[in-house]
Amino acid sequence: MPIEVQLQHIKKTFGHFQASNDVNFAVEKGRLIGLLGPSGSGKTTILRMIAGLEQPDSGDILIGGRRVNDVPAGKRGIGFVFQNYALFRHMTVRENIAFGLKVQKAPAAQIRARVDKLIELVGLKEFGGRYPMQLSGGQRQRVAFARALAPEPELLLLDEPFAAIDAKVRKELRGWLRRTIHQLGVTSIFVTHDQDEAVEVADDIVILERGHVEQMGTPVEIYQQPRTPFVANFIGEAMHIPDYTIFKGFENGTTEGAHEGILRPEFLEIGANDHEMRLPLASEDGIVRGVYFRGSNAEIDVEVKGQLLKGTRSLEKTPLHEGDQAKVFIHRIYSFAGGRTQILENRAKQVDSVVI
Amino acid sequence: MQQKKGVLAWALILIAVLFLLVMLVLPLVLVASEALAKGWQVYVKAITEPFAVKALALTLEATVLAVISNTLFGLASAFLLTKFAFRGEALLGACIDLPFAISPVVAGLFFVMLFGRMSPIYPFLRAEHIAIVFAVPGIILATVFVTFPFITRELVPVMEAQGRDEEEAAATFGASGWQIFRHVTLPNIKWALLYGVILCTARAMGEFGAVSVVSGHVRGKTNTLPLHIEILYNEYNFTAAFAVASILVILAIVILILRNLVEWRAKRGLKHAD
Repeated sequence: MPIEVQLQHIKKTFGHFQASNDVNFAVEKGRLIGLLGPSGSGKTTILRMIAGLEQPDSGDILIGGRRVNDVPAGKRGIGFVFQNYALFRHMTVRENIAFGLKVQKAPAAQIRARVDKLIELVGLKEFGGRYPMQLSGGQRQRVAFARALAPEPELLLLDEPFAAIDAKVRKELRGWLRRTIHQLGVTSIFVTHDQDEAVEVADDIVILERGHVEQMGTPVEIYQQPRTPFVANFIGEAMHIPDYTIFKGFENGTTEGAHEGILRPEFLEIGANDHEMRLPLASEDGIVRGVYFRGSNAEIDVEVKGQLLKGTRSLEKTPLHEGDQAKVFIHRIYSFAGGRTQILENRAKQVDSVVI
Repeated sequence: MQQKKGVLAWALILIAVLFLLVMLVLPLVLVASEALAKGWQVYVKAITEPFAVKALALTLEATVLAVISNTLFGLASAFLLTKFAFRGEALLGACIDLPFAISPVVAGLFFVMLFGRMSPIYPFLRAEHIAIVFAVPGIILATVFVTFPFITRELVPVMEAQGRDEEEAAATFGASGWQIFRHVTLPNIKWALLYGVILCTARAMGEFGAVSVVSGHVRGKTNTLPLHIEILYNEYNFTAAFAVASILVILAIVILILRNLVEWRAKRGLKHAD
């Protein structure tokens, strides 16, 4: 796939605040990209620079192979969906959607046809004559989406598209947005601080921290192979282990550097006794310190060798209680020693698989 | 707040009503009765007398020019203050409030110093036969000066609350600056703008202090309505003074009605558009 958007060595400061610090990434045509990062990581600034609403201090922005640094926002072929939608409050839904074509002086018949098509696409046919104030949050978001798409942009940019919508509608809209964008095939970049949203909606995720890209990849890649401790911490739940060599199956560690590691709840298997464990000899003894009902499963805090670990346990198994003895098997640990990520698998599993 | 009104509420209402009666209604009634004290004919004669008509014309001229220039200035400065961030923003905001803070008489003196005999540019003005002080331009300048905060101050809070998002959205569609102003900014601020224009008009028509200093009180030339009323009054021509004053009262009432109309429309407009 050809590259649609490319950012090269982008730098931007606001006063003393470094919003972008050498940002580089490329987006293939037709992909749906999520810019993910904590607040203040500079994700919205990047989106606004791609749109032309903000100017980088240095570096190049390319859209469709053309350097657009000096091209005004209106000539970049982008559609922008603002965080609070920024719908024109004194215009009806139809007038809002038609605005982009109207300023381009498109023929009236063509505008009408395009508005008809888009209002149908976003499912707001009966609401064409309403004003933004008379719509719900989800409906406004869809109007903003239709309005941005009306002039047929090459690139769609969405700033926190779901932030202002209540939880239930948000879930629905995520699926709808993903389907619709793929159906239209328009290259899209959206900004979010919500990792679930990024994982669920995006084809590729760009993780930002303090103005630079920590990692870019598919949700699965980022989840399974976090390149930096920041990414490991940010995506999914993470526990710090000061020294993982105290655990069975990880005694050797890696040769270099410190033995600091990161563990995820899903790397743990918690059993009530030896019978529940596949590899009882490789399992640690622990004491249950807390049990929390989480709807689909139970979250268990378990203390192993003085280290408090978090894991989950199916509700179908014998329930555990605070103070109970438990067995804990650690499948894997992330190590970032020597400046690179290593995924350490429990040695007992490797030995086991050799035997079989 | 639909409970039965207590003693306190009635007392407060009584105080408010009495206050308004004494301070507002009574003077208005007095103006009307004094104006018509010597009969209808005397009244008509007083207000159709050439000097009175000239004064009315000058007042309207100064008002119209002040409103036009302050509308343009108000729009530009409110736009600057709310849609851009720049050095000296706070200073500009403070400068715009200056006419509210200083006495109109001081403003008048300021123009006399700037363009009068003591001014360093006076020789040049005289050589070019440009009369500013004690002439119509001075009156217009003074009127513009005292009324220029009104429109800006009406617009700034409204534009501040609306933010820049809609303008930015319009810019991403390639709308030009004029298109953005015409289709996005203006419709959003039209009621606030109209309200500012009305306040500005009311103030411009009634301005006395600053205009009094720069006018020179030349009858039929540099007298506005308020100045004309003062002259008549000082000549013990009370009936004529009150007759001319009644014109200002009528204009004020018209403006008051317009003001309420605009406020009502704006509130109705808010229901669907805000």
